[in-house]
Amino acid sequence: MAYSDKVLDHYENPRNVGVLDKSDPKVGTGMVGAPACGDVMKLQIKVNEQGIIEDAKFKTYGCGSAIASSSLLTEWVKGKSIEEAGKIKNTQIAEELALPPVKIHCSVLAEDAIKAAIADYQTKTATKDSKADAA
Amino acid sequence: MKKPIYLDYSATTPVDPRVADKMCQYLTLDGEFGNPASRSHAFGWHAEEAVEEARANVAALIGADPKEIVWTSGATESDNLAIKGVAGFYGKKGRHIVTCKTEHKAVLDSCRQLEREGFEVTYLDPEPNGLLDLNKLKAAMRPDTILVSVMHVNNEIGVIQDLAAIGKITRERGVLFHSDAAQSTGKVPIDVNAMNVDLMSLSAHKTYGPKGVGVLYVRRKPRVRIEAQMHGGGHERGMRSGTLATHQCVGMGEAYRLAKQEMAAEIERIRGLRNRLLASLKGIPEVYVNGDLEHRVAHNLNMSFNFVEGESLIMALKDIAVSSGSACTSASLEPSYVLRALGRNDELAHSSIRFTIGRFTTQEEIDYAAGLVKEKVVKLRELSPLWEMHQEGIDLSKVQWAAH
Repeated sequence: MAYSDKVLDHYENPRNVGVLDKSDPKVGTGMVGAPACGDVMKLQIKVNEQGIIEDAKFKTYGCGSAIASSSLLTEWVKGKSIEEAGKIKNTQIAEELALPPVKIHCSVLAEDAIKAAIADYQTKTATKDSKADAA
Repeated sequence: MKKPIYLDYSATTPVDPRVADKMCQYLTLDGEFGNPASRSHAFGWHAEEAVEEARANVAALIGADPKEIVWTSGATESDNLAIKGVAGFYGKKGRHIVTCKTEHKAVLDSCRQLEREGFEVTYLDPEPNGLLDLNKLKAAMRPDTILVSVMHVNNEIGVIQDLAAIGKITRERGVLFHSDAAQSTGKVPIDVNAMNVDLMSLSAHKTYGPKGVGVLYVRRKPRVRIEAQMHGGGHERGMRSGTLATHQCVGMGEAYRLAKQEMAAEIERIRGLRNRLLASLKGIPEVYVNGDLEHRVAHNLNMSFNFVEGESLIMALKDIAVSSGSACTSASLEPSYVLRALGRNDELAHSSIRFTIGRFTTQEEIDYAAGLVKEKVVKLRELSPLWEMHQEGIDLSKVQWAAH
C-alpha cells in the first residue's frame, strides 16, 4: 500500500514521543484500542491553570497510519484549550494525512484517545476539587 | 548489494535465467511456436515433443509417471480441480472432506464452495507447532469421507507435514489423498508412491519457473478419477481443456529439472543462511519463532517480534522485501489465520514477519537484513505503549482493553 508523504513523514520522524507523569494532577492519560485489533494508542496531555494544553506525548503500537495519526494529534492539541482539543474530529485527521478508507479507523482511534485523555484529566480535577471542598 | 533485498521467495521466485533462455526458444517464428495439439505438421509435433519432455521432468521430481501429469494454470487451479473434481466424481459415494485450518486459501475456499453445494467439510486444528496430530485426523474420518486434503509445506510457517504417514492412513481406508505441494518442490524430496498421495498440486513460479503454469498430479494406479472443471476440446486426457502454453510448460519442466539436479546442495547452502539469520535475530528479547523448527523447510523463518505491530515493522524495513503474517495491508485487518490456528495470541499474530530465502540470496544480504531488523525493532519498541507496560511488569493478558 502506498502511504501519503505526510504519513511517511510522521512515521519516520514522530513528534512528541514519550511519557508524562501520570500521577501528576495536571496530566490526563488516555489509552484506547486493543492488541487484538492491532493498535493501541496512549496519549497524555498536560493542562495548565488556564485550561490550555501545554504539553502532549504519545506512544502507539500499530501500523504506520496509527502512528502518524497520534503524532499529528499531539502537534494539533498543544496550545489548544481542552474544549478546543475535544472538538477535533477524526475526519480532519484523516483528511490531513490522506488516509485510505481501510485506515480511517486509525483516525477514529486518535479522536478517541484525546477524548479519553481529557476525560481522565477532568475526572482527576473533579476529585481534587471535591476533596478540597470536603476539607 | 542491490536494495531492496528480496527475502520473499515463498511469495514467488525470479525465473532462473537458464529457464528464461529455454522458454524464449518457444515463442517466435524462429523458435518452436506451434500448437502442441496440432497433429498435421512439424510445428505441432515439435511443440508436443517439448511439452512431453517438460512433463517428464515434472514427473521425475515427484516420482510420478509422465501420464499422471495434468497441466494447469497454477497451483490454485490445481487445488480447485482436485477438490471440486473429486467431489464431482465421487459425490455419490460420500459427501465428506477433511482438511486443515492452515491450508492455502485455494483449498479452503474450494471447500467452502463445496459446503454451499451440500458437502460437509471438517477443518482440523493443527498442533501449536503447526503440524497435524494424526490421531485427530483418524478421528475426523468417517465412512462417507471421500477426500483428505493436507498441504505438504505451509506457505507461512514452512512446516512440513508427514505426508507418508497421512497417505498410509488414507490408503488403508480407501480415501483419496490430495496434497498442495506448491511450497515444497525443490525444497523437500517428494515421492508420490512412497507417500501414497493420489493428487498433488504443483506450481512453477515457487521453484524458479514462470508464473501462470502449474500441474495437477493424478494417480493412475489405482486409478483416480476427477470431473473436469474446464471444458473445450478434451486436452490433458479430458481433465483440463485448453491449448497448452508451450513456453510455460517448457519453463516449468526446465525449472523442475534444475531443481532435481541442484536441490541437495542448494538446500544446505540456504539452511546455513537461514540459521545465520535466526542466530542473529534470536539476540533480540521477546522474539518467537512460529512453527516447528525441526520439521521445517530450510528457507523459511517466521518470527513474531512481541510488542511491535507487523505492518509498521514492514514499513520500517523498506530496504528488505518480506511479508507480514498480519494481513493489515489488505482490507481485512485480521491477523494471520495460520498463526491464529496455531493458538498464537493476538499480539504475537499481529507482530509476525516471514523471511524466505532463495537461490540468489547472499550472506551479505542476510547480515544486512539482520542488522536492519534489530535496529528497527528497538526504534518501534520505544514507540510502543505495550513494550513500556511490559517493562513495567504489567501482564498484558490481564489488562481490560477498550476493544473497538
